[in-house]
Amino acid sequence: MAHFDENAKPFSEKWLDERIGLNTLKKVLNTEYWIPKNINFLWAMGMLLAATFGLLLVSGIMLLMYYKPDTNLAFDSVNYTIMSEVGYGWLWRHIHGVGASIVFLIIYIHMFTGIYYGSYKRGRELIWLSGMGLFVAFSAEAFSGYMLPWGQMSYWAGMVITNLFSMGSLELNGLVEWIRGDYVPGDAFLNRFFMLHVLLIPLAIIGLIVLHFGTLRLPHVNNQEGEEIDFETSAALWKSGKRKESKVIPFSPVFLSKDLFVMSIYFILFFYLVFYHFEFAMDPVNFDPADGLKTPAHIYPEWYFLWSYEILRPFSKDIGLIAFGIAQVAFVFLPFIDRSPNVAPAHKRGLFKIWFWVLVVDMITLTAMGKLPPTNPTFATIGLIAAVIFLLLGPALFVISRIEKPLNRGA
Amino acid sequence: MEKNRRDFMGMALGGFAAIGGVGALYAMKRTWDPLPSVKAAGFTTIDLSTMEPNKLVVEKWRGKPIFVLKKTADMKADDRDVVIGSDRFHVSIGLCTHLGCIPAYEGAEHKFKCACHGGEFDASGRVLKTPPPSPLVIPPFKIDGNKLVLGETGPEYKKMQDAGLIA
Repeated sequence: MAHFDENAKPFSEKWLDERIGLNTLKKVLNTEYWIPKNINFLWAMGMLLAATFGLLLVSGIMLLMYYKPDTNLAFDSVNYTIMSEVGYGWLWRHIHGVGASIVFLIIYIHMFTGIYYGSYKRGRELIWLSGMGLFVAFSAEAFSGYMLPWGQMSYWAGMVITNLFSMGSLELNGLVEWIRGDYVPGDAFLNRFFMLHVLLIPLAIIGLIVLHFGTLRLPHVNNQEGEEIDFETSAALWKSGKRKESKVIPFSPVFLSKDLFVMSIYFILFFYLVFYHFEFAMDPVNFDPADGLKTPAHIYPEWYFLWSYEILRPFSKDIGLIAFGIAQVAFVFLPFIDRSPNVAPAHKRGLFKIWFWVLVVDMITLTAMGKLPPTNPTFATIGLIAAVIFLLLGPALFVISRIEKPLNRGA
Repeated sequence: MEKNRRDFMGMALGGFAAIGGVGALYAMKRTWDPLPSVKAAGFTTIDLSTMEPNKLVVEKWRGKPIFVLKKTADMKADDRDVVIGSDRFHVSIGLCTHLGCIPAYEGAEHKFKCACHGGEFDASGRVLKTPPPSPLVIPPFKIDGNKLVLGETGPEYKKMQDAGLIA
């Protein structure tokens, strides 16, 4: 049996350390969790995401108290009760709506930072994979949440997205009806997506966040040069007082203070949007109640799904679905498609740099084309070309990374 | 000997846990199934004896609009028509096969026109003008005297299905 100091005051540091290993926890998670100095503001995106998730959770809890998951009551419970009756109900709704949109912007920045600096490579594959798990979970969370106000866009997006599970010519209508619990989206559908949105998917997200942090602890975060840092030596330098010579800083309080600085700027922008420009996250079509006998003229997803929607759209039904399926899972395999041993920023990796920027421009093009109606032939052609380019980028990376010369790290 | 006993205990425990797990998954799957009341509401009966020629009637079946159009004598007959006695009817799911908008019927032209992307269908639901890739879909039906039961598969529907006419 462990030794417990009889004289330790209840809840004092010593008392807690003896019972839950407080000092060990502090060291492992804060004061001796070493972060390289050679990083920039892009390394703060993870903390922005954690904070935004926190805001979504709190605003969601507030909304949950008045929302009614019933096809007859849902629309009014959001648009009348929460918006006009509940004190500050509008605030929670706008935080929730803006947060859901902005969280994807930060996710994409976070993801592309990882791609640019090679942070998915050797030793960090699990960080990438758990991150992709989070991307899938956040997508499912966003989609299920979009169903809840039960407006026209909720209903028809629910119709179109669940229809995808019929797998084109396979005509798995039974599966679609099983997912909906009805022939069309109805009460059963709204209730189960409500359950997914407020319980099952958030639980999965929280679990995945813990896993994501866990996979990061041993490999440590990457740095601007992809340099392999000897953390023990550098940590010893820091602890011995040679802070200038050390290549690392402790997570808390040093790195965290920088994180908080970036976060402050981010939240100024965030709350500017919440208070003055929330309408960008509120589609006007969704302010009409759901009507199964009236299709909106133009159905489109929220901006963060447009690129994959545009990969689905320009092809015939079956080919479109296959292309869409490939696009959905393509990023997961990135650590295994990239065959180059170099962990380095894109600007030091020759052809990879071109590949990276083609990917960025292509995804922005797909996003822009996905928003436009499908009737304009010029834009439809641009969309088709962009979709084909996206699909070719995978094999292209495999070839490019194979012929990439290993970097000389001596100098 | 000791080892074999432990293996047996492990396998017995694992086996029973697996049976319980499969049972729980089956129960969860069944919980997600459409309810009997939802399934029972999946049939719509339409009385065709009251229909007027060249006047479109829109019914609702499984949440989707259903077009029923009694053809006049001078309108072209089609293999896709539902024939009752001497009357011919066009029956289809009223969703454009392009992106699911609901076309409007222009009685004077005998045409269905889709406002969303300009698709046009004739009075038999066949495509006159793209983008729609295929004709309006015929829902499963059964003829019951002067009535049409949607959701049940009758011999006339089966015949159309075998001939590849339903969509």
